[in-house]
Amino acid sequence: MAARILFPLAVVLAIVAVALIGGSISFLQPLFSVALLYVAFAIFFFGFMAKVIDWAKSPVPFRIPTTAGQEFSLPWIKWAKIDNPSTTGGVLMRMFFEVCLFRSLFRNMRTDLRSGWLIHSPTKWLWLLALGFHYSFLIIAIRHLRLFVHPIPGFVETLDAVDGMFQIGIPPIYLTDLVILLCVTGLLVRRLCLPKVRFVSLAADYFPLFLILGIVISGLLMRFVFRVDITAVKALANGIVSFHPVVPKGIGAIFFVHLALVCTLIAYFPFSKLMHMGGIFMSPTRNLANTTRMAYHENPWRQPPKFHSYEEYEDMYREYMKEAGLPLERE
Amino acid sequence: MTKELTPQEMLRIDLTPPNRDWMDIPTVIKPGIYCYPAKPEKVEAVGMPNPHVWSPLDDDWGLPEDWKETFLEGMRERLNKHRSFKIFMDICVRCGACADKCHFFLGSGDPKNMPVARAELIRSVYRGEFTKAGQILGRLAGGRKLTEDVLKEIWYYMFQCTECRRCSLFCPYGIDTAEVTIIGRELINLFGLNINWIQEPVANCYETGNHLGLLPHTFKQNVEFMCMDIEEFVGIKIEPPFNRKGAEILFVTPSGDVFAEPGIYTLMGYLMLFEHIGLDYTWSTYASEGGNFGFFTSLDMAQRLNAKIYAEARRLGVKWILGGECGHMWRVVHQYMNTFNGPPDFLEEPVNPLTGTKFENAKSAKMVHISEFTADLIKHGKLKLNPKRNDHLKVTYHDSCNPSRGMGMFEEPRYVIKNVCNNFYEMPENTIREQTFCCGSGAGLNAGENMELRLRGGLPRANAVKYVHERYGVNMLSCVCAIDRAVLPASMEYWVPEVNVCGVSELVGNALIMEGEHERTTDLRGEEIPGFAKAEGEEVTEDV
Repeated sequence: MAARILFPLAVVLAIVAVALIGGSISFLQPLFSVALLYVAFAIFFFGFMAKVIDWAKSPVPFRIPTTAGQEFSLPWIKWAKIDNPSTTGGVLMRMFFEVCLFRSLFRNMRTDLRSGWLIHSPTKWLWLLALGFHYSFLIIAIRHLRLFVHPIPGFVETLDAVDGMFQIGIPPIYLTDLVILLCVTGLLVRRLCLPKVRFVSLAADYFPLFLILGIVISGLLMRFVFRVDITAVKALANGIVSFHPVVPKGIGAIFFVHLALVCTLIAYFPFSKLMHMGGIFMSPTRNLANTTRMAYHENPWRQPPKFHSYEEYEDMYREYMKEAGLPLERE
Repeated sequence: MTKELTPQEMLRIDLTPPNRDWMDIPTVIKPGIYCYPAKPEKVEAVGMPNPHVWSPLDDDWGLPEDWKETFLEGMRERLNKHRSFKIFMDICVRCGACADKCHFFLGSGDPKNMPVARAELIRSVYRGEFTKAGQILGRLAGGRKLTEDVLKEIWYYMFQCTECRRCSLFCPYGIDTAEVTIIGRELINLFGLNINWIQEPVANCYETGNHLGLLPHTFKQNVEFMCMDIEEFVGIKIEPPFNRKGAEILFVTPSGDVFAEPGIYTLMGYLMLFEHIGLDYTWSTYASEGGNFGFFTSLDMAQRLNAKIYAEARRLGVKWILGGECGHMWRVVHQYMNTFNGPPDFLEEPVNPLTGTKFENAKSAKMVHISEFTADLIKHGKLKLNPKRNDHLKVTYHDSCNPSRGMGMFEEPRYVIKNVCNNFYEMPENTIREQTFCCGSGAGLNAGENMELRLRGGLPRANAVKYVHERYGVNMLSCVCAIDRAVLPASMEYWVPEVNVCGVSELVGNALIMEGEHERTTDLRGEEIPGFAKAEGEEVTEDV
């Protein structure tokens, strides 16, 4: 049990240590910024593509949506167009709710056994933590565009302004920074403390949590404690996206820690459970319309079945059938 | 073993898994939980590999020398054939949303019955044998090598899953344990390691056309016995047609309805309904099984058994097919049949001959569910009904897993029930419709020797029935599934003894006012209906 938790933690701490050292030695800085980022993005891009292509190579032989509402049936029966879609539009809506609002997770409930009764009660914690985590991650990622894109796009400015509107502290803390810290911590505590979840948790489940926690903390440290020269970071980022990388002097070592953790996450992504990001779009129980009786769905590897034909059956039981007065093909 | 456990003892369930690595918890195969192994002759009958005598309690399971290569090769083949399997091996985040959704986990507390854990049994082999990280890091990457113990563990838990898909409903990525179990069982079947309760019906169905192995004349006789009962209780004579060419509709239902209580009463309901509306239809002794235990063996076997239905429809020259009440039969009919053996272009798009309703949702597969059909008849006022004949019943409805989460048929049976019964009560909302709980014995696990497993798995359903029984006095659990009808009586007897089980069509049969019927004093079970008994003749009401 301990190894599944301690090993990923040790790996993350090792990355922090190495990046801290590497980031403090100026001739190693290009390696720990430019090279790392290029390599990580290349691994991410090609790895992600390879995984998706590999999935796509396996066909979907059967149409097996999990139907979560009334089927399309008689005209006077109200039909669950989204939870049990029979049209492309319905499937798109179902996928929208699934991908953007975590519809299935929203159904979650807990079941407890109390004095002989199974009590089923709604629980939204996992849904809330997951939603909070994913959306703040997304917004933070978009906010980071300001480092890379010139001029800064309007929507990034707007997002930045909205996210920072609470003006808590100096410099003001972003709302999403707080939310992601809370949510990742919540997800980690949940994994450590809920016996059912802990029972099935692997190193591969703790590792991304530690990694992301490390990213968030190092990011916050950069903003509030070990201030880094933001102009220098911008120059570095500009160089990277324009493929003329330069590493300006004076960027604090903490920046290299942040970057190394981000790069690890990105490079690790295609080989991990994080691929649920791509997988959810291809999940056959969610992305298919419930139309198997309405339209023919082809199985590319279908073989004609070998079965016991009626003729064989009649040959086998002709006497019985005759006696019972059942009609026969051949007397 | 089960006999010794009272419901109170059975209810001492600890839903908190131990604080240990699941890979360190050895699996012990327990009597009362596992099913007896497949008999070699039944494996041989359908040409499946490695028929042999073995026992789950033995050390040596009689595996072929190269079993490991066969298993891994089989797994590779299926990863390449099923995108579902491949994605489900890769993307689970082990969030735990499914953990307490499984009836077997809730009833047993065995943590390896949490759907995520059950799938991890196979996923760990996938990681350990197929991914680089797993091959190098082993357990640190959640991987393990395939050993005999691992195979035995997979075997044990693949037969503690009823493929009900409840977990899949709650999974944020739609990971469906049924897919994993279906493929897990396919792999197990590469070595002749099926259970006999599945294998024997498969062999029977292959040869005689039905699970019970009823020969053509016996099948016909059994249906005719039901007609004799109808004559006695209702007073009309029905002569059902068999293997009749040129009929408009072929009717196929699970053979359990032909054989055992209370399914036979459902069958009487079908017979009366068809007689009542003068339906031009036929039974078939060749395609005399709607259920498909092949589906619990391998998809290939499911296809082979299913092929008979379209073949018979073609031979008899019918226009379309009507299907009786059955759970997994409808998963196969709805989501697989057309792909397996269709498209049946020799049939016509189903139209209700009495109402003219086109069954749009079945226009390609050409097979309609009896509840869809009956609901349409009632909606168009084609049935003369006296629901008061069901007044002694306080009815609730159990949504069978497969028509719920593999089809979405919720309103049709409810509409039928509400029209033939005056007292209908729903179970709590988290236990019905798409969230319904399995009977606990589906997917071929309705044997006798695994009764403890069945009663444990049946607990969540029974618990909800108990709730409506205590609250509203519910005394009848209706359903549209032959396995439900076969297994829920045992579960009810154990958990809620005052509740009986029936098919929806039995309730229809009770309420139908048949032309030429005598005074109806009993229901289809031959039991006197309170208020309709002969002694109280004056009070008999026949108005609707």
